[in-house]
Amino acid sequence: MATGLTLKELSKKEDRFTHGHRMCSGCGAPTVVKMVLLATDYPVIASNATGCLEVSSCISEYTAWKIPWIHTAFENAAATISGVETMYRSLKKQGKIDKDIKFIAFGGDGGTYDIGFQSLSGAMERGHDMLYVCYDNGAYMNTGIQRSSATPLGADTTTCPAGDVIPGKLRSRKNLTKIMGAHNIPYAAQASPSHWMDLMKKVKKAHEFIGPKFMNILAPCNRGWRSQTNDSITLSKLAVNSCYWPLYEIEDGVTKITYTPKDKVPVADFMKPQGRFKHLFAPANEWLLKKVQEEVDKEWEKLKKQAECGC
Amino acid sequence: MKQKGWKDLPPGSVVLEGGSAVNFKTGSWRAYRPIWNKENCIQCLLCWIYCPDMAIKVKDGKRGEFDYDYCKGCGICALECPGKKGKNAIEMIEEGK
Amino acid sequence: MAKIVAVTGNEAVANALRQASPDVCAIYPITPQTDMMQKYASFIANGKVSTEPILVESEHSSMSACIGASAAGGRVITATSSQGLALMWEMLHIASGDRLPIIMPVVNRALSAPLNIHGDHSDAMGARDTGWIQIWSENAQDAYDNTIQAFRIGEHMDIRLPVMVCLDGFIISHSIERMEYLEDAEVKNFVGEFKNFLPLLDLDKPKSYGPLILTDYYHEYKRAQHEVMTKVKNVVLDVAKDFEKMSGRKYGLFESYRLDDADIALVILNSAAGTSKDVIDSFRNKGIKAGLLKPRLFRPFPYEEVAEALKNTKAVCVMDRADSFGGYGPMFMEISSALYQLKEKPALINKIYGLGGRDYMPSHAELVLNELNEIASSGKIRIVKEYIGVRE
Repeated sequence: MATGLTLKELSKKEDRFTHGHRMCSGCGAPTVVKMVLLATDYPVIASNATGCLEVSSCISEYTAWKIPWIHTAFENAAATISGVETMYRSLKKQGKIDKDIKFIAFGGDGGTYDIGFQSLSGAMERGHDMLYVCYDNGAYMNTGIQRSSATPLGADTTTCPAGDVIPGKLRSRKNLTKIMGAHNIPYAAQASPSHWMDLMKKVKKAHEFIGPKFMNILAPCNRGWRSQTNDSITLSKLAVNSCYWPLYEIEDGVTKITYTPKDKVPVADFMKPQGRFKHLFAPANEWLLKKVQEEVDKEWEKLKKQAECGC
Repeated sequence: MKQKGWKDLPPGSVVLEGGSAVNFKTGSWRAYRPIWNKENCIQCLLCWIYCPDMAIKVKDGKRGEFDYDYCKGCGICALECPGKKGKNAIEMIEEGK
Repeated sequence: MAKIVAVTGNEAVANALRQASPDVCAIYPITPQTDMMQKYASFIANGKVSTEPILVESEHSSMSACIGASAAGGRVITATSSQGLALMWEMLHIASGDRLPIIMPVVNRALSAPLNIHGDHSDAMGARDTGWIQIWSENAQDAYDNTIQAFRIGEHMDIRLPVMVCLDGFIISHSIERMEYLEDAEVKNFVGEFKNFLPLLDLDKPKSYGPLILTDYYHEYKRAQHEVMTKVKNVVLDVAKDFEKMSGRKYGLFESYRLDDADIALVILNSAAGTSKDVIDSFRNKGIKAGLLKPRLFRPFPYEEVAEALKNTKAVCVMDRADSFGGYGPMFMEISSALYQLKEKPALINKIYGLGGRDYMPSHAELVLNELNEIASSGKIRIVKEYIGVRE
């Protein structure tokens, strides 16, 4: 039976990702996992790329996963789950399994945008019936905040540190959600835990398509973002309301914005509480802060045009 | 706790009990403790959905006490709590005070 | 009833795989393996086997998908060569560490650089420490028979480990040989139904594969993995016994050829053993007591049995079709380890031959056997390790 999307109804469901996990206090990733699993009204099997979520959720005999779960390596959560899903199809065809099972892969941005990109692209192209969820915190947080291709322009990380000569990351983010949309998969979407209803609706919708689906979900990391432990939801809201992290979906190639902020706030509002952008507020780096705003505006306008033309 | 020898380990290091992390309490990580003021609670359950540690007990759709065995004291619940008439239902106090 | 056919090594192995009816296979092209899985794909396309294929985008994903499929619970195969095996390297350790009985023919080929597509053993020798069982094959018949036996060995409930079946690229994979196929029903019966062990697809007992294990338990897990390997030899021999009953063909941990009373011996793997046997015969005809040992089970390596088989020889040459640069050839290191435990040891030398598909000729074997004969009478070793068949 499908659960209604009210918190009251949802709270009656069993958590399939339990407490006792060892993610940092205030981390956004476990909230993402919890919401994804709560929105899934099916038996589910998950794979997990090496990363914060994986090392903190399954250590020795302690696993936070109440569902069958598999971690193999860093770059292959998609390939691994594609194997599980293929065995399921094989056994189902042979009449050895009768249940309907959903398959989800979880990976961080390092394991998804970078090292796992080929494995993800391959699995999506092959058409496995699976949902890939990227929890995007914008750097290799597990190894200590190194730059990934999801790291935002201007951010200070340990491998693109803000120094006297170079003010942090000088490249813009890779737009993975659009790249996945370009795979012509049935469904690709971007979501944020602050907008839990939007996120969970997207998960539900994703599961109703047969074939490969992709969701990119913002997951604040107070260690890497150098923010407070209590602000992951507030920061995700600011990310959405500044249009740094627009909420949208690409269904059968058609882009739809699922949430338009009433008052679009400056991206500086999102950046200011984060230590990783502190240097951008120094007068010498004003140009870079301006560039970040310009890029956010440009991408938002592009997205709106895509949504308007239905392409 | 006595540690197992190599003969007693599960093959392939597979963890055989789903959700066994409940046996690992993370409450001792906490530096700040959330306190629930029931009278200011409107039962919106936002604290429950936003809690990264599944540390808010809910029964029959109603919020109950914090689960201090697991709460790491991040304070998200207190920050996101809308409260009643501007009065917050969750406040954070320093542990040990 | 056995059926006599003339087929390539790749086709023979593809048929052995088909006869085992795997549930899932991963397919990715790489010379000289390519046409093995190509053949397999045609079996699928023509309804000869019900395997569900995964047409992956790399060998890394191939092994990753095989691990996922095998953990899910079912019989899983793939095949590779050379760079493909090298790209899988990370995942090979995970397949064995997770105790997943994936069966993988490896069509042996040289490694880059320089790029070379021909047969040598550098690829599989590089994977010797990955925790996989390795079985090596002289010819198409061996490769076919070993592949069938590999399912029984890897899937044995006391073992549950992945198995590589090695055969020489081009020399065996692409040459047409006369050999015997077993009946489909015979193989099906021999291999048996796949028995599940901790399947992920068992929703009632959710399991987590691949935890983080730190200093408190990692050492113990590896000790347990070592223990499993110690049980493999007996299973290999038991399976070989059953296989002999069915096929009439006998297999052991290695093959001893005219070794019982030999003074001098070659230790040599795979296809080159065939060429060497002819030369051994001609030396025997000249009254020289020459013999040969062809390893079959390379991992785990049967040290005691090999030492026992070579203990009465005076001089032995280990022929390596791979090099460990800065060290001796990989097979030499195994044989010298095995012989070290003997009180009286034969003299031991190492020749590196046939890299990148360089032909191994009877003249090479003659050269080596003559040298061994000299060492046996003089007791003097000119040089321990040397390349042969190489231009100065």
